[in-house]
Amino acid sequence: MPLPLFWFFALVMLFGGVAVVALRNPVASALSMVASFVGLSGLFIGLNAFFVGIIQILVYAGAIMVLFIFIIMLLDLKIEEKRAPKLAPLLGGLGIVLGFTIQLIGVLSKTPNADWKPLDLAAASAAHAQSSPGISTKLAEGHLPDVNLIGDILFKGYNLPLQIVGVLLLVATIGVVVLSKRQEA
Amino acid sequence: MATLHSYLLVSGLLFAIGLSGVILRRNIIVVFMCLELMLSAANLTLVAFSRFNGSNGLPDYHGQMMVFFVITVAAAEVAVGLAIIVALYRARQTINTEDLTSMRG
Repeated sequence: MPLPLFWFFALVMLFGGVAVVALRNPVASALSMVASFVGLSGLFIGLNAFFVGIIQILVYAGAIMVLFIFIIMLLDLKIEEKRAPKLAPLLGGLGIVLGFTIQLIGVLSKTPNADWKPLDLAAASAAHAQSSPGISTKLAEGHLPDVNLIGDILFKGYNLPLQIVGVLLLVATIGVVVLSKRQEA
Repeated sequence: MATLHSYLLVSGLLFAIGLSGVILRRNIIVVFMCLELMLSAANLTLVAFSRFNGSNGLPDYHGQMMVFFVITVAAAEVAVGLAIIVALYRARQTINTEDLTSMRG
């Protein structure tokens, strides 16, 4: 991903994240979260992860943000009354975050870096020629059939986890219904 | 071109922002949003490693499968968590974490 684009999306993502934490109004926080996730999906697409980028927008900016807004409206929250922020938790929290960031920079300065290499679609096409000819043809034409590749590996290599996740979603749905039912007094 | 380190740095910073929100904010819905930010920061790390450690000239798709499952579990987690928040609000009429002290020893 070209450097100016990278920093544009990264800054959108980071400023969105800061706005989630800093703004007092929960609705404004939810909308900044969407801005943050749009920047993040820009980074995903820049990393050739087209499917993940689109899913990020559909699931987070589409479904999850609507759920958050819905709950905020449902609870009908007044603007948080101003409470005097306690100094000790504030300093403790900022200290932990600062320590984490310093440690991150320390670790990154000691680990090997990797430079951007363009994808080698011809080699990939040759590798897929036996197992999946359709994908191989698209790769030979110079396209990256991201969704085909993900579908291939998801249904061939991760079939059991996929079904377990399906059960998880079912359990979550039932759990939400049970939790949301008004308990009889 | 952006290198692996710049992606890792940015995702670490997003994680730190989410962590600061979880520690500092008192509104439990915003705490929940910051948890989502932290999960997404981990996703960015996974996708960055998948792209930079490719095999056969393609990104390593096993990393992106991990992201796929993380997003699915996060969606389930949000649904259940928000239902718990609604139940909590019904019981206590507050979502301020400073007022939820019934489990304090």
